[in-house]
Amino acid sequence: MSFLKISNLYKNYGQVEILKDINIEIDKGGFLVLVGPSGCGKSTLLNTIAGLEPITSGEISINGNSVAGLHPSKRDIAMVFQSYALYPNMTVAGNIAFGMEIRGVPKDERDKAIKQVSDILQIGHLLDRKPSQLSGGQRQRVAMGRALVRNPQVFLFDEPLSNLDAKLRVDMRTEIKRLHQRMKTTIVYVTHDQIEAMTLASKIAVLKDGTLQQFGTPAEIYNSPANMFVADFMGSPAMNLLTARLENGEGGLNVMLERPGEKPLALPIKNANGVLGGYSGKEIIFGVRPEALTDPDGADRNARSIAEGECLIEVVEPAGSDTFAVTKLGGKEVVARLRADAAIHAGQKTKLAFNLDKAVFFDPKSQLRIA
Amino acid sequence: MSAASQDVATRNGIFARALIYAVLILFAVYYLLPLYVMVVNSLKPLDEIRQGNMLALPQQWTIAPWLSAWSTAQIGVSPTGLKPYFLNSVMMVVPAVALSTILGALNGYVLTKWRFKGDNIVFGLMLLACFIPFQIVLIPSARILGLTGLAGTITGLVLIHAIYGLGFTTLFFRNYYEAFPTELVRAAQIDGASFFQIFRRILLPSSGPIIVVTVIWQFTNIWNDFLFGSSFSGFNSIPLTVALNNLVNSSTGVKEYNVHFAGAILAALPTLIVYIVSGRYFVRGLMAGAVKG
Repeated sequence: MSFLKISNLYKNYGQVEILKDINIEIDKGGFLVLVGPSGCGKSTLLNTIAGLEPITSGEISINGNSVAGLHPSKRDIAMVFQSYALYPNMTVAGNIAFGMEIRGVPKDERDKAIKQVSDILQIGHLLDRKPSQLSGGQRQRVAMGRALVRNPQVFLFDEPLSNLDAKLRVDMRTEIKRLHQRMKTTIVYVTHDQIEAMTLASKIAVLKDGTLQQFGTPAEIYNSPANMFVADFMGSPAMNLLTARLENGEGGLNVMLERPGEKPLALPIKNANGVLGGYSGKEIIFGVRPEALTDPDGADRNARSIAEGECLIEVVEPAGSDTFAVTKLGGKEVVARLRADAAIHAGQKTKLAFNLDKAVFFDPKSQLRIA
Repeated sequence: MSAASQDVATRNGIFARALIYAVLILFAVYYLLPLYVMVVNSLKPLDEIRQGNMLALPQQWTIAPWLSAWSTAQIGVSPTGLKPYFLNSVMMVVPAVALSTILGALNGYVLTKWRFKGDNIVFGLMLLACFIPFQIVLIPSARILGLTGLAGTITGLVLIHAIYGLGFTTLFFRNYYEAFPTELVRAAQIDGASFFQIFRRILLPSSGPIIVVTVIWQFTNIWNDFLFGSSFSGFNSIPLTVALNNLVNSSTGVKEYNVHFAGAILAALPTLIVYIVSGRYFVRGLMAGAVKG
């Protein structure tokens, strides 16, 4: 049975629909990440779970109990805000204990809880300081401490890492993951950073313009994106989405990709399914991630369907661990991800291997995935 | 060449600076002159003032005019000095300032952190209180004071001043709290704090600067008010400003200018002290560290 369940949730501001028919369920101990571009409604969705914003219709339940209409403090949740929202006039200890103080927890019990939490987060030496005397990373820890000390049923994180510098963000990301593995409390986490979403989540919900685009495990979202938006949004560098034609030729169905000054590149699909066959002779959108487009020696040996083709390399970008190469197919720039020491040079033709196991196909009109 | 031009620049700099200081000193003297005249003449016997030299220092220093103004001068019909009226003013100003500041802070809190439909209209209407001339509200106020039985009492004056000041205090606090991070209020809500707990524990401790501004503004206005004081005070609730007028404008006996000067300074002293003392508490950066880094 699902622990946190959001069903048919709508949220309007006056005439404007902010959230439309959201349905999400997550099991106890799960890590749900809400991801999407700015203004997609992910923070609003989190606020409705927290009870900070009322919902227009629908249902939110935690552990089988409906919480719609309950005051935030009665929902047994704790929230970490993007700006940390530490009370500026209180010390770190005061910040952590404020909720308990309001609930009338005795002083010695509060002190014990503060000690326990500050040990977990290693902020024991900061307890007497004011938030203004802390660095960004320390504030982040205190904000998490304030949430941890409540020992809630659900943690809510609203872009908690977006104010940290790049290195600290990666460290804190690992720390949050470790904390989750240790506490096993259900977490709902909002971010616009798809790498955070991939690394942390047990389930990802991708939102755009207030509608749920896809809800699934990170692997499902990454490998079988429901539509072109999800395919483009998740992954860095982004998936190559190319206009192509499907044609029946020798060896079955072929993906035909236009090339400048040459005849189209034909990639035979060995295990095409029936749905794809129905698109024979029509235009489709061919999606291939950069890591599925590599030098033939670096290609996945377990892949069942690999097609090779000569491509004119326009730009080579060595990134240390990999080398990215830009070529032009189907009228668009295509990024391929090669081994770091692959021998390629800009302006030369090189053989690239397309892993068609990992390729996805979209209908150009509906933008939905067909295979 | 470059050394020479630098020399010129330095000399120009010194010249400009000297000019600025000269102008500033001139204006400082100009504005301080009335205060100087008041202080000097309040410390002279009346005879010396009659000789006509207002700017001269006293030949014979005396504090008799101050003592007279404070406790024995003829005010209206009784020779009480300004003392009882000073106390009246204190008893009127302190509650009126406290009341209007607290209510203004609460209004600002509600108008920014507990938004409701039409809140901006309510705020706009409250702002009108800042623009309405005092005279317009005299007759309605008199009627209300009469109906509530508060006419001629200090309580009545407190009420009028507190209500009239509400527009300004609300404006001050609303604009201050507008910039106060709403996430702090939300965090406190999740922590289970109630409406007043959030106000008292989260907002008020960060409101030092705006409280000082409001108190100075309200104290000065209410202390210096003459119109409401003369319109609504009874025999036992006359504030200092009205008493000072009665002292200076008495039509009988000799005009004791030195006593009048001393009385005027006494009347202005509290506002001066409020400025000097609380001005130091204009601290910035109380909010530093609340959000972001």
